[in-house]
Amino acid sequence: MSATQRTDASAFLDVRDLTVSFPTSTGHTDVVSHLDLTLDAGGALGVVGESGSGKSLTSLAIMGLLPPSAKRAGRVLLGGDDLTAMSEPQLRRIRGDRVAMVFQDPLSSLNPYYTVGAQIEEAYCSHRRGVTRRQARTVAVAAMERVHIKDAARRVDDYPHQFSGGMRQRVMIAMALSTEPELLIADEPTTALDVTVQAQILDLLQEIRRDTGLALVLITHDLAVVSELAEQVVVMRRGECVERGPVEAIFSDPQHAYTRDLLDAVPRIDDEIAALRPVGATGGRA
Amino acid sequence: MPRYLVGRLAAMVGVLLLVCLFTYAVFFLLSPDPAVQVCGKNCTPERIDQIRANLGLDRPFWTQFLTFLGGLVAGRTYGEGAGAVECAAPCLGYSFQSSQSVTDMIGQRLPVSATIAVGAAVLWLLVGVVSGLVGAVKQGTWVDRVLTGLTLGGLSIPNYVLALVLQYVLVVQLQWLPFPQAVPFGEDPGRWFLNFVMPWIVLAVGYAAAYTRLTRANVIDTLQENFLRTARAKGLAPRLVWRRHALRPALTPVVTVFGMDFAGLLGGALITETVFGLNGVGKMAADSIAKNDQPVIMGVTLLAAFFVVVGNVVVDVVYTVIDPRVRVAA
Repeated sequence: MSATQRTDASAFLDVRDLTVSFPTSTGHTDVVSHLDLTLDAGGALGVVGESGSGKSLTSLAIMGLLPPSAKRAGRVLLGGDDLTAMSEPQLRRIRGDRVAMVFQDPLSSLNPYYTVGAQIEEAYCSHRRGVTRRQARTVAVAAMERVHIKDAARRVDDYPHQFSGGMRQRVMIAMALSTEPELLIADEPTTALDVTVQAQILDLLQEIRRDTGLALVLITHDLAVVSELAEQVVVMRRGECVERGPVEAIFSDPQHAYTRDLLDAVPRIDDEIAALRPVGATGGRA
Repeated sequence: MPRYLVGRLAAMVGVLLLVCLFTYAVFFLLSPDPAVQVCGKNCTPERIDQIRANLGLDRPFWTQFLTFLGGLVAGRTYGEGAGAVECAAPCLGYSFQSSQSVTDMIGQRLPVSATIAVGAAVLWLLVGVVSGLVGAVKQGTWVDRVLTGLTLGGLSIPNYVLALVLQYVLVVQLQWLPFPQAVPFGEDPGRWFLNFVMPWIVLAVGYAAAYTRLTRANVIDTLQENFLRTARAKGLAPRLVWRRHALRPALTPVVTVFGMDFAGLLGGALITETVFGLNGVGKMAADSIAKNDQPVIMGVTLLAAFFVVVGNVVVDVVYTVIDPRVRVAA
């Protein structure tokens, strides 16, 4: 079974046997169970699944940002460093520096009380000792230019609500890139955006990957997004991996019934319109 | 920003005019004839008519109202000839019972009310915000539960009960405090301060309880915000996450409520002042109601409305400073 496939010891990101559970009235319930993920340096991994499949919790578990009530087991190795064995201060030095995150809703993910510049500078300054405000500001403007925000030198002093949705997500990406991370975890980065803006953000992510060699974990329910950006894909359902492999192989020849259901659920412009089937109706439980 | 300010001030003047009109109309329609009160005992109908004419009470409502507004702006004279009384601007009316202008009466008592309000506000802000923060941080623990119980007590105990209990315990039994007596600040600042300790506590308890709940709820809400997750994902230390990202959004609503509460109290803390025999605006209002001294009641009503309306504008302006979303819209 692919879900228990052996992990590659030389991988840049190596998640082994990750289990996340929450206390319930009947003991602990696993929301992510025995998940293995591997990603090579500079690679792109898509994690797909319906809502509630444990995708986002997986990303938070990698970052060590799970809510206090959650229990995590398993190991997360980043470039050989075991993140699960690190103290909170050690983890803080990695968060935002070696691993950065971009979230689904850019408006609520930015603090409305501070300018976008201040928020980018804050990310940078917290990982670079002894930088002056001017240096940090230069970095913020450069990061905003990097994500193609026009007139960045002026807009750096604007507040999040003065940006459009797509521009806000660019700000989030600029903030993530300001520290030149090795890994970017993008959790549904385009879900809250409209379609044309989605395409622009995907193009931007693609361009950044090409230029910087950044590794990417892309968490999404959107198969089109995965096909555009990722090389490897992991299909999750109910906290478990049901299928994994190269994107082309999974999309052209899905092995698992659930993956087939997911793919069939994507409307195609050249398709005859058939009755829609609920995903998982073919008994896709792993 | 200047345009916003001008707009808000213009709106404030409009609201104050409406408040004046409404208050004046209510007292005009509901109150007994002031001429009868002025006339006193052994009054003849002719004498009443004479007084009415002298004070302008026989004129139509709108004429009287405009005269009242004129008095507010430029002062006015009540009556004519030898019995005429001057009422300097801003003239809120004249109490024939006390032979004093309402403005002067308020002017004498406002410092007392302001002292009570300021001291109590400092106390309830400190206690309320700090215990609200503690409750939020210790959410669900026994500390939080004890605080919740205390706030319930603080919210439910009536001021006059608390005042009596405090007097009995602190003054009679423990003798930690002298019995409250009006001592001017210049005469004996220490004694002056001690006099106000109990009123401050009594007035602050209910507010402190409400602010504890408000702060706790706001902080807990803010901690769920996505931008706090962003701040943590940036690798910020918890101290910074709290100070920069949690406190400011969490405490902004407290500013609004505080502005309103404080402004309301400047119009007098009726119960607290009465229980402790402090000669503030609130006690004056209570006394005037007992004596049916209409001009004073109306004057105090207008004063309280004035503070609430001005307080609102101040809060709005302060908001443009602390919340960039309002600032830019302004």
